[in-house]
Amino acid sequence: MARLPITKTPKFYVGGAFIRSESARVFPLRDSDGVFFANIPQCTRKDLRNAVEAAAKAGPGWAKRTAYNRGQILYRLAEMIEARSDEMSAAIGLGGSTPAAAAREVAAAVDRLIYYAGWTDKYEQVLGNVNPVAAPYFNFTVTEPMGIIGVIAPDKAPLLALISLVVPAISSGNTVVALASTTQPYPAILLGEMLATSDLPGGVVNLLTGFREEMIPTFATHMHLRAISAVVNANERKMLALGSAESVKRTILLKSEDKRDWFATAAQSVDAIRDTLEFKTTWHPVGA
Amino acid sequence: MPTASVAKKSYRAPQRVTNRVGRRAPELIFGDLWAFDPAPESADPKLKARYDLFINGKFVAPKGGKYFDSINPANERKLAEIALAGLADVDAAYAAAQRAADGVWGKMPGRERAKYLYRIARLLQDRAREFAVAETLDGGKPIKESRDFDVPMAAAHFFYHAGWADKLEYVAPGRRVAPLGVVGQVIPWNFPLLMCAWKLAPALAMGNTVVLKPAETTSITALKLAEIFQDAGLPPGVVNFVTGAGDVGAAMMKHPTPAKIAFTGSTEVGKIIMRSLAGSDKKMTMELGGKAANIIFDDAPLDQAVEGIVNGIFFNQGHVCCAGSRLLVQEGIAEKVLAKLKTRIRTLRVGDPLDKNTDIGAINSREQLTKIRALVAAGVKEGCAIFQPECALPPSGFYFRPTIFSGVSMSSRVAREEIFGPVLSILTFRTVDEAIEKANNTAYGLSAGVWTDKGSRILKLSTELKAGVVWANTYNKFDPASPFGGYKESGFGREGGRQGLLDYCKLI
Repeated sequence: MARLPITKTPKFYVGGAFIRSESARVFPLRDSDGVFFANIPQCTRKDLRNAVEAAAKAGPGWAKRTAYNRGQILYRLAEMIEARSDEMSAAIGLGGSTPAAAAREVAAAVDRLIYYAGWTDKYEQVLGNVNPVAAPYFNFTVTEPMGIIGVIAPDKAPLLALISLVVPAISSGNTVVALASTTQPYPAILLGEMLATSDLPGGVVNLLTGFREEMIPTFATHMHLRAISAVVNANERKMLALGSAESVKRTILLKSEDKRDWFATAAQSVDAIRDTLEFKTTWHPVGA
Repeated sequence: MPTASVAKKSYRAPQRVTNRVGRRAPELIFGDLWAFDPAPESADPKLKARYDLFINGKFVAPKGGKYFDSINPANERKLAEIALAGLADVDAAYAAAQRAADGVWGKMPGRERAKYLYRIARLLQDRAREFAVAETLDGGKPIKESRDFDVPMAAAHFFYHAGWADKLEYVAPGRRVAPLGVVGQVIPWNFPLLMCAWKLAPALAMGNTVVLKPAETTSITALKLAEIFQDAGLPPGVVNFVTGAGDVGAAMMKHPTPAKIAFTGSTEVGKIIMRSLAGSDKKMTMELGGKAANIIFDDAPLDQAVEGIVNGIFFNQGHVCCAGSRLLVQEGIAEKVLAKLKTRIRTLRVGDPLDKNTDIGAINSREQLTKIRALVAAGVKEGCAIFQPECALPPSGFYFRPTIFSGVSMSSRVAREEIFGPVLSILTFRTVDEAIEKANNTAYGLSAGVWTDKGSRILKLSTELKAGVVWANTYNKFDPASPFGGYKESGFGREGGRQGLLDYCKLI
């Protein structure tokens, strides 16, 4: 008799731990043929708040890492995904992608990580500068991470889009609380496992699974999220903008109705890093 | 015994303040012992009796035919009538801006746009004194500030940004930039002309056209600037001014034409604007309120620090979003700093803004004076120790004495809310970490000051303070090349420098 395989219970990744929703809710994930695959945690706003707390704890330490160190850790994450690319391709394939298309998405996600790993110790030289003020002061503008960034990933390109939103934010020292694709959450579950073995400190990236309509209102109004980077429809944009007004939160809202090629080189840029940075200018007298 | 005599000597040392007869020498307060003669600035502000809207390169009467009075807050006398814009006027202004964006300004080579901005800078320098007097009459700020800061800095902003207009490929490395189109801008009453320049110069350099609304109490210098635009031959519609109160601003924000809204004002109004724009695809820059910490360590050069504290909070009557309104003093020197501050603010001259010796002019409006009084009353009620120097205030006009609150706790309203007046709240700290924590314990994050002799401490503080501008051993310094803007609820986007231009372009 054939051996019955052990199936994995998907858990989401918060604060460096794999957990179930505090609500104990799950929703069934079926593959593109309708066959049951697993139960996915259906996170609540309480789970989101806990994730923000984890991100807040990890934030100062991560931001203080050297840029070189952050680059090496992102590179290590790329190594972890590359080594398990077959498994990740299969996870993407659950959503109906052909094996070739799924493998292409994993490869692109790895390359995207490499791209941002290289930026960590360079963007400052490109975005900041010394300002020639008309007085005896040494005046310079540097960038700083904003803090905790809320990410809402689209359903399309469930791994590549998630990576493309999360990685520019963390490359500068931000921490992230991300909501994975609702229809294709499994690549994010798997990504959590790869993050856990990548040297990235727990809490820097927190990946939630669940329903957008349940989670977005809390993303919108949570006071400790300093920015939202999201791919969202018109209603969601309005809700996020309204909630963000309450704490003057920054919003980087990409339209889900726009055609967007996540594979293109245009989908990666130093500007995406800049979107979750603050500019700080310091004046220092020049004199004896 | 030698030890006793040493002790006696060191005990006697502070007694040197006594005179030969053995009495305490009178404290010499500069200006206390003799009266100052009035020294009014006499240049002609060349005001018109009535100011119309500036739309499509012309001064035009508002379609509703209504005007409101602009008064001099120093004596409450009427200065001029200002047009009250209605929706139809806002429409006309945006239509003119759109035509100018499509027809001329957006297509013009950067080097030609630059020349217009250079011209504007030069023409403003030519008429600097006239503008300074007009600014002081309209807003109440001391003439020495409008003359030495507001007007020259406004000209500098046009001059600086002019040079960017043909070098925009250097703004965003690796990207090409394009203008956004039409921009709507609403500015506050604390630096009327400077905010105008601050907002217009980068927008125009980038190739945008603008509809701008000055604050209702301070519209005059913007409309005088429109005269300069005419003299400079700026193409019609590139800049349009509509005047009126908050409802005109709201109509400007909601209008479908502008691709971007830039606002400087209170956090409260900024949030209202953000809500009103939710669901639109308009870009925004928000330069909002602040409650800056000015941190004095025990190794700081104290006399210099006291000057910085005074400049930090009493500059422009404290009507400054980045004012150093929370003074954090290291415990060991708190008493000394307080004593020095009390002595120093007794020498501040409060009164006629047009007088060249005036340090603190008139509060901008009765409404603002009422707000300041209410918050100061709250501070007294909460048990903070208040100090206000004795000084005579003019019989009419809106004035408020420089005020210091000591013994303030973090939860006190005068430590948390933006007062926007000449009111300083003093708190103490013991360690560097406590200073950082207290400084950052606010919803705001516009600016901060650090006073210490230790370079590494300055760099630590400037790294840890959640504020867009950090002044080390100085305060309230500005420059067109230096980006300005806030963290957290102090807003987003930067103004000035290369970073400021990024907020007026789209990347292609």
